[in-house]
Amino acid sequence: MRTLYYILQKEFTQIFRNKSMLPVIFVMPLVQMLILVFAATNELRQVDLAIVDFDHSASSRKLTSEFMGNPFFIVKQNLANTKEAEDLLMRNKIDLAMIIPKDFDKDLATKKSTDVQILVDAINGMAAQLSFGYLSNVIGNYSQKILIKTGKPEPGMMKSIDIKSTYWFNPQLNFKYYMAPGILVVLITVIGIMLGGMNLVREKELGTIEQINVTPIRKWQFIAGKLLPFLGIGLFDLAFGLLIARLAFNIPIRGSLLLLFGMAGIYLILVLSLGLFISTISETVQQGTFVTFFMLIVFILMSGLFTPVESMPDWAQKIDYINPLYYFVKIMRSILLKGSNFADIFNEFAALSIFAASIFGLAIFRYRKTS
Amino acid sequence: MITREPVITVKNMVKKFGNFIANDNLNFEVYKGEIFGFIGANGAGKTTAIRILCGLSTPTSGEMKVAGYDVFRQTEKIKQNIGYMSQKFSLYEDLTVYENIRFYGGVYGMKIAERKARTKEMLDRLGLTAYENRKIGDLPLGWKQKLAFSIAILHNPKIVFLDEPTGGVDPITRRQFWNLIYEAIEKGITVFVTTHYMDEAEYCDRVSIMADGKIVALDTPENLKKQYDAANMDEVFLKIAR
Amino acid sequence: MNRFLAFLRKEFYHIFRDPRTLVILFGIPIAQLMLFGYVMTNEVRNVKIAIVDHSKDDLSKRLSQKLLSSGFFQLSAIPSSEKDYESLFRSGTVKEIIVFEPDFAINLMKTGKGGIQVIADASEPNAAQLIVNYTTAITNNFIREEFTKDQPPAGINIKVRMLFNENMRDAYNFIPGLIAVILMLISAMMTAITIAREKEMGTMEILLASPLKPIQIILGKVVPYMILSIVSALVVLALGMIVFKVPVIGSFTLLLAEILLYIFLALTLGILISTFVDSQLTAMAISGFVLMLPSILLSGFIFPVKNMPIALQIVANLMPPRWFIEINRTVMLKGGGLNEIWPNTLVLAGMSVLFIFISIRKFKIRLQ
Repeated sequence: MRTLYYILQKEFTQIFRNKSMLPVIFVMPLVQMLILVFAATNELRQVDLAIVDFDHSASSRKLTSEFMGNPFFIVKQNLANTKEAEDLLMRNKIDLAMIIPKDFDKDLATKKSTDVQILVDAINGMAAQLSFGYLSNVIGNYSQKILIKTGKPEPGMMKSIDIKSTYWFNPQLNFKYYMAPGILVVLITVIGIMLGGMNLVREKELGTIEQINVTPIRKWQFIAGKLLPFLGIGLFDLAFGLLIARLAFNIPIRGSLLLLFGMAGIYLILVLSLGLFISTISETVQQGTFVTFFMLIVFILMSGLFTPVESMPDWAQKIDYINPLYYFVKIMRSILLKGSNFADIFNEFAALSIFAASIFGLAIFRYRKTS
Repeated sequence: MITREPVITVKNMVKKFGNFIANDNLNFEVYKGEIFGFIGANGAGKTTAIRILCGLSTPTSGEMKVAGYDVFRQTEKIKQNIGYMSQKFSLYEDLTVYENIRFYGGVYGMKIAERKARTKEMLDRLGLTAYENRKIGDLPLGWKQKLAFSIAILHNPKIVFLDEPTGGVDPITRRQFWNLIYEAIEKGITVFVTTHYMDEAEYCDRVSIMADGKIVALDTPENLKKQYDAANMDEVFLKIAR
Repeated sequence: MNRFLAFLRKEFYHIFRDPRTLVILFGIPIAQLMLFGYVMTNEVRNVKIAIVDHSKDDLSKRLSQKLLSSGFFQLSAIPSSEKDYESLFRSGTVKEIIVFEPDFAINLMKTGKGGIQVIADASEPNAAQLIVNYTTAITNNFIREEFTKDQPPAGINIKVRMLFNENMRDAYNFIPGLIAVILMLISAMMTAITIAREKEMGTMEILLASPLKPIQIILGKVVPYMILSIVSALVVLALGMIVFKVPVIGSFTLLLAEILLYIFLALTLGILISTFVDSQLTAMAISGFVLMLPSILLSGFIFPVKNMPIALQIVANLMPPRWFIEINRTVMLKGGGLNEIWPNTLVLAGMSVLFIFISIRKFKIRLQ
């Protein structure tokens, strides 16, 4: 036990003396929370809409003004024809174009129904669906208003389903609330795997590890000495990042922080052990960084951080069973946004614990004092 | 003071790497209190042998005991009783002298008072008291070597293993280093040293010459010089190598 | 010339002998193609939902059936009471709960309005919106088919045309951007690393002392990666076209020209970075943060630049990939030509000139 104390003392001294380590520990959370979370958003800030009005009637102008008055839409009007709209779409200057046909007003008055044509730049499917959705809503509301005014068909004829939709846990549909927990996971994963893992390879590279192997230091003491400091730093950075997120954009913290940090601890042990294990099979820091970098990219992209896991093909979802980030992103989102408790996340907890124990065991086993 | 009490016994030690035999049936003993030298060219198998005796490497076969403990089954016990200094003299460059001593002292279970006392003694002897709080990386090579050796014996091990400890420094510094070795002997520590400097072979009590994984000579330097009719160990080695 | 060729040949050997380089050059692009072509999608599928039917009449049952057989949703739970809703969401068992009001069919017939409550888990806000949109669309379709099939729809009807990506396939969005990311990786990052490696190992001094002219050294370092970049870009393009059916509607020649321009820019960027660093690790770290991360997150590759706060949009506009990705999308998917993308091309060309200028100045200073 005393030995562990001395090992930790040495490790912490080395960490805080390392000039490049400190900025990483403090600057990374800031950069990630303030830049990445704000950049990585699918939330539409505005929609650029062009309106081609062939009717120039009171109704068509009213419809146009619905959009003008809506802060969400930036409207280009006074386009002469459809070709101009198509040109704007080609030049990436607008997202949508609405073409109001010539007999718009007349048809509404007489036949009670008319068409408008919408052209959507659908390259980004998500953005297209969302912006089209907003547009349809505006048109739909306007449509309702007109029908009420001009007298709609008998109730018997018009049947509609009144859908009341409520959004739970994030009623303002704030995308940052969705991204921030995930980015926090990436933050502590990078700290864990990269800093923690590479530490051991550095000792190998420098030769000091041989000196360690010749002392009576037990394997578990050495591994713990490599693990515990970064466990502490990881948890610290999680807290720091969470604080920044709270101050910068008021991230909800509905569940138990104790549960959150408990889970984070298990997760950190897992990724640290993984980093250590990779170091036991790497000869140089570069090799190690490399393998980890590659693995991280794949795991991050597949974790459900950017796109939902359910949308992924089945083979990809199967791979996610061994993706630690998948579990922890889920846990973070559940606890922070939904206030989930231990019972709710038990499956994820079990998976992470089993992994953590296995990989930790593997790292200890693989590290040989005598080769 | 040399006794006939063996602290290291090696019987039929073999180490193979695949088909390559690095140590081919080595047999020798090292006695308490002596300076035992392992001489040979690079690649002769010296480092392999020393690493086995320190518990850093598993031998292929043989019966070896270090400080009374079996090399196969009691490696951890061996490690409690030995010191080691390698070619890279692995002190932590980013830690100070004091911090390195505190770490290794603690790891070998030294009591704090004892460690402090020995540290003071050691730094005074080396003339490095003023540098206790300097980082190892900032010190010149010769000082690093002496410090590494002194720290290796700080916990008073029975045996200290030195693997090519004096590479890259001038002859005067090397001589000073060997003075430290003599002082360690006075304290009752046995020294097992490998080197490819033939003049250092003269400083040992007994010398074993390795070539191609085998021991081709084992005796005191005087006896060897007589046996091979050589003026110095350099000549002995050249004659044997032919 | 012979010397130069010999140097060039050595560089190629270095590349192909080092397993790590091979992984970067081939492994990462292929992995990314797989990921962005197949895995990273916002498509609505396998959404776990719960249906609570307080009415249990013919209509509600058939609507439920229609929802479940749409392929988008799967029934994961049938909660017995409202109290269960929250824990169903919290444990991730369902993402949406559809609740039919009592007397659903009766109300629909009598008053013309049937009530459904849709509760969505908005911790994933975009997915939630899409899910609700799909639910609404299927429901409205159902009503139309049941009742008003033969009547002309009332009010304003929307006829929509999804341009450039009719089926809204994510591959269309990602593959043009992926070319940018991969080229940045190979042309910029790898170049920076390989030059930094020579510096770190001290062999750069040896090279500078040799009869090779500095420009030959730089070219020798850079040409292999240029060739590899072209090959990579073509491979990604080909795979994109063949496997993911991403079209090239515009001029293929124009596309290639722009790709070459971008490769050139990325190479100059790599050289520029190498003038600032001394070790491979630093080169890797800087390239990672300054090149790769922004290429992926700030360039419009995944997240539209328009959605970012203004401050970040300004930063994004300083990033070469942002301009190049737009070129790619416009030429490949929209069939645009120089007419549409000349501003972008100008920006890219300007940046290259700037980078070369700075590199040359730094190199001259260093030689002094």
